[in-house]
Amino acid sequence: MKKNPYGLFGLRRLLPQLRSYRTPLVLMLLTSALGSIVDIGVPLFQRYALNHFVALGTLDSFPLFLILYLAVILGSAGLNYISCIYGMKIEVGVDMDLRNAAFSHLQTLSFSYYNQNSVGYIHARVMSDTSRIGELCSWTLLNAVWQGCYLIGAILVMLLTNARLALPVIAILPVTALIFSLFQRRLTQVNREIREVNSRITGNFNEGITGARTIKSLVIEDRMEKDFTADTEDMRRKSIRAARLRGLFSSTMHFASSMALALVLWKGGYIAASQIGTFSMFMSYAQGMMEPVRWIVDAVGGLITTQVNIERLCTLLDTKPEVLDRPEVLERYGDTFHPKRENWETLIGDIEFQDVSFRYPDGEETVLEHFSLKIPFGTCLAIVGETGAGKSTLANLICRFYEPTDGRVLIDGRDARERSQLWLHSSIGYVLQAPQLFSGTIRENLLYGNPEATPEQIDRALELVSARDFVDRLEQGLDTDVGEGGDLLSTGEKQLLCFARAILCDPRILILDEATASVDTITEQKIQSAIDTVIRGITSVVIAHRLSTVRNADWILHMEDGRIVEQGTHEQLMAARGGYWRLYTRQYEDEITLDALG
Amino acid sequence: MNRSTADTLFNRRMLRDFLRGSRLFFLLSMLASVLSALADLVAPQIVRIAVDHVIGGAPAEQLPAWAARLLAAAQGQGTMQRQIALLTAALLLVALGKVLAQYGYEVSKTRAAETLVKTMRDRLFSHLERLPYAWHMHNSTGDIIQRCTSDIETLKNFLAEQMTNLIRIVILLLLSLSFMLGMDPRLTLIAMLPVPVIILYSFFFHRRIGEAFLDCDENEGLLSAIAQENLTGVRIVRAFGRERYEQDRFEAQNSLYTDKWMKLARPLAAFWSIGDVLSGLQILLTVVFGALFCLRGRMRPGTYLAFLSYCAMMTWPVRMLGRMIADMSKAGISLDRIRAIMQAPEEEDAGQRLTPQIRGEIVFDHVSFAYEDNAEVLHDVSFRIPAGTTLGILGGTGSGKSTLVMLLDKLYELSEGQGQIRIDGVNIRDIRTDHLRRSIGMVLQEPFLFSRTIAENIAIHDGEVSRGQIREAARAACLDETVMGFAKGYDTLVGERGLTLSGGQKQRTAIARTLVQRTPILIFDDSLSAVDTETDAKIRSSLEARFGSATVILISHRITTLSKADRILVLDHGQIAEQGSHEELKTAGGLYQRICAIQSGLGEEAAE
Repeated sequence: MKKNPYGLFGLRRLLPQLRSYRTPLVLMLLTSALGSIVDIGVPLFQRYALNHFVALGTLDSFPLFLILYLAVILGSAGLNYISCIYGMKIEVGVDMDLRNAAFSHLQTLSFSYYNQNSVGYIHARVMSDTSRIGELCSWTLLNAVWQGCYLIGAILVMLLTNARLALPVIAILPVTALIFSLFQRRLTQVNREIREVNSRITGNFNEGITGARTIKSLVIEDRMEKDFTADTEDMRRKSIRAARLRGLFSSTMHFASSMALALVLWKGGYIAASQIGTFSMFMSYAQGMMEPVRWIVDAVGGLITTQVNIERLCTLLDTKPEVLDRPEVLERYGDTFHPKRENWETLIGDIEFQDVSFRYPDGEETVLEHFSLKIPFGTCLAIVGETGAGKSTLANLICRFYEPTDGRVLIDGRDARERSQLWLHSSIGYVLQAPQLFSGTIRENLLYGNPEATPEQIDRALELVSARDFVDRLEQGLDTDVGEGGDLLSTGEKQLLCFARAILCDPRILILDEATASVDTITEQKIQSAIDTVIRGITSVVIAHRLSTVRNADWILHMEDGRIVEQGTHEQLMAARGGYWRLYTRQYEDEITLDALG
Repeated sequence: MNRSTADTLFNRRMLRDFLRGSRLFFLLSMLASVLSALADLVAPQIVRIAVDHVIGGAPAEQLPAWAARLLAAAQGQGTMQRQIALLTAALLLVALGKVLAQYGYEVSKTRAAETLVKTMRDRLFSHLERLPYAWHMHNSTGDIIQRCTSDIETLKNFLAEQMTNLIRIVILLLLSLSFMLGMDPRLTLIAMLPVPVIILYSFFFHRRIGEAFLDCDENEGLLSAIAQENLTGVRIVRAFGRERYEQDRFEAQNSLYTDKWMKLARPLAAFWSIGDVLSGLQILLTVVFGALFCLRGRMRPGTYLAFLSYCAMMTWPVRMLGRMIADMSKAGISLDRIRAIMQAPEEEDAGQRLTPQIRGEIVFDHVSFAYEDNAEVLHDVSFRIPAGTTLGILGGTGSGKSTLVMLLDKLYELSEGQGQIRIDGVNIRDIRTDHLRRSIGMVLQEPFLFSRTIAENIAIHDGEVSRGQIREAARAACLDETVMGFAKGYDTLVGERGLTLSGGQKQRTAIARTLVQRTPILIFDDSLSAVDTETDAKIRSSLEARFGSATVILISHRITTLSKADRILVLDHGQIAEQGSHEELKTAGGLYQRICAIQSGLGEEAAE
């Protein structure tokens, strides 16, 4: 197995997070061990009842017997109650703490991390790895201790009562454990395969439903069905294989118990004549011992599988952000979570690229080489080019989502690294191609960038983006719930709100990243006219797929394959009759035609 | 027949259909669980005989016949030792039987449930593929997928775990009851006394706690959604500097969710502990009364031991039973949700199901159409496209051009009084739908590609297409060069983990996919919008060269594209505003002329 860089089961790395659970953990294990020890006592009562009352035919100590027996039942239940409560506390508490730690750390990680890992992957680290670890720290541990104590206790009692009878019974245990662990490993493997097929089947359903029109047009229903059936058949076969393993697993356990019982009968039948109670006790232990073995094997298996979760979570927590504020900057400006706003200078909005070279951390090609450009306060810079031409790179550098490999980006004449990220970000408005809202009401979303905005400001922003009408038409107006990711609204409506949100934070720098690319023409016009008003008096970077806004920009960069191929004003570039001219005429033609068609 | 009987009948028919192929294994699993229970119950009997008869010397007359014969076989010297050895062997034999039965139970129950689930999934998928397009438009994708995945999963758990376990437990209970009654009715009564209490207690507890569990699940969903939104919206979070707010929001929901569970800790722990006490009391009752009975000579110690074994055996199954019954209602809800899909009628050919050789003459004869009760999107549209010619369509959003091609592809059907569409003189109503669609190649503006390789995507309609044919089609669509530039060429996977194709590349893949089918009718629904002008021209000329004989419908708003069409239709708000050739229309004084003027004057205007 791969060596774990995080020490003992990887848990050591998480110790700081787990430290506060030391007391509950100790109490849980203690009560669980005690509960188990008390539970071992139950067969002793059967033994006594038989050896004493039945064999001797007397009831002399009966009341005491009854009281003790009841005490054992209640005591064991009470101890189990306490350990359960602690187990629960630890589980949900560890879950919560680890989730918070992971989430909080993610807020500081740089964009390169997000580009290298899919949302699904990161999400699983926050939600499922943590809960696996929580389960390991609570129930897996609790069970292992309970069952382990039971097993040891039972072995001791048997050895003390009758060693000759006990030894052969005990000898069955290691063999059973060995067989269990063999099955366990294979079962884990098959279960993983089953999960994979399962996600394939879900993907199939997804495709069959979202692609319904294409499937019908192509008349490939039969083919899709055939492929689907192959996957479900695979699922069926793998599940049956898993069932075979499970069957072998439980059969082994049953057989081991029966073996133990048979041994007790064969070797111990003679004691039944004189000491039927001891015989009965042996029967109980012999049969009850296999269950703990199974649990312990399960716990070990669980620990091994959880290993992966622990490692992944630790890797996440140990990932260092690539864009970091320097200690002296943190000192003066405060960190992401504790800003010192009183020390912040007002941001004006002068941007300058000074001899900037840049390569994405996960990329091989240098996308900017010795690039210099002044974007004085109030300028509108437009960046055009085909999808995938790298138009967002400059915006990423301005926002300091990435830092130049070489050279400097100056904000208001000072290196961006001399001030904190939050200082910069607090003055930036950003609108993306895919509108991104958060669950909550319209108002909450609008206030996202500026929680202090007044109702008048909200009104003005809505007015500006022509979103008044649709918000007013909603029954609950601003208090309408937008659903997860804003999905209860149409794409156009969402984009209008995103734009209003950006305006509301009163940005000094506004970045429009293909803000109109995925909306309908009417919304586009609304946004377009708002843009013209809003960008007056602030610095703006317009990344455009459609070119009508670009015309009025102060400076235009045309990018192809991640490089800047042309730059200049609209007039200069049109006169040059190069790539920009071609791009522009084609788009202009499309736009004006669609306009004429209505 | 009223609605509920119809529903019930449908349910029964659906279940019967689903059960095909798995019924036998369900029966086998039940048989196996009877055998397994019997083996469980016989083992203590063997011990009882050993203790009471062999060791305890009880009269042989009270023995069951099989045991008497068995013990008689070991008569002779060292009788007791030999008899015990014999009984031990019998015990192992029973254990072997138990092991086989247990294994058989596990495998046959899974085989039954998995086969059933497979049938269910297959039927559901097949049904979904054959539901009318209108149905798909009408229902939310998320909801359908939810039904196809989680609801099926719930049903599977019910079938593979709850139902089979329930049957197994009931069998075990009934059999052990009869064994116990056979030994001593009074002690049976005492030992079984707590059983109904335990079952009812667990049932009511889980019924009540069910809502709290649901509440926890919902809160977990909310928490998960916050994380999801934060991760997908990372740009916004950072650009607006809202990390702190996000963290607070996550932590608040995290605490809320954790609190919900913490509130459950006490009731759950209490439930388990009280369960422990009840089970403990059941055994205590048996221990105490058994001992008393033995003491008074009413019972033999072996019988007493057997009773104890039976009680231990029953403890867990009995404690699980209540929960299982409480959880069963979930499966019913899921079944209803799946039924709702299965009950929707599939696409059906209403007409004569003809399969004529299609040459490609298309006639729209006074076609009007509205989606359900909405306003008309097409009004009295009539035109004719002679076979082998090209029709260009110019129209804005909402002009009805997309509806037009959907009607031709029978994705929506015209009803009586809405006019007719004829191909080669045959009303498409009377043409078998699959035959019709196979004759029409359609490329959409935003094409849907499957998460398979590029080659598989191009050849999706027919697995037999050769690589040569695939490349030829790709060449015609100006895609070959691009694809050969990918590291894995045609075996590049389209989709999430593979390469993200640009809009233009997707369109060209879709064009190649359509071309490889060599259909007599081709429709390009704004499908060259994302490729540049040069590629657009190249694709069109290669189309003309290779597929000259096909009837083509070309929807576009580029005059350069439209001008090559034999005839052009200008659609405006569901009606034909103009029709004619490019030469005729460009001077007709209508919308077309205006657009022509705009687009031809552009070079100069833009350069100003």
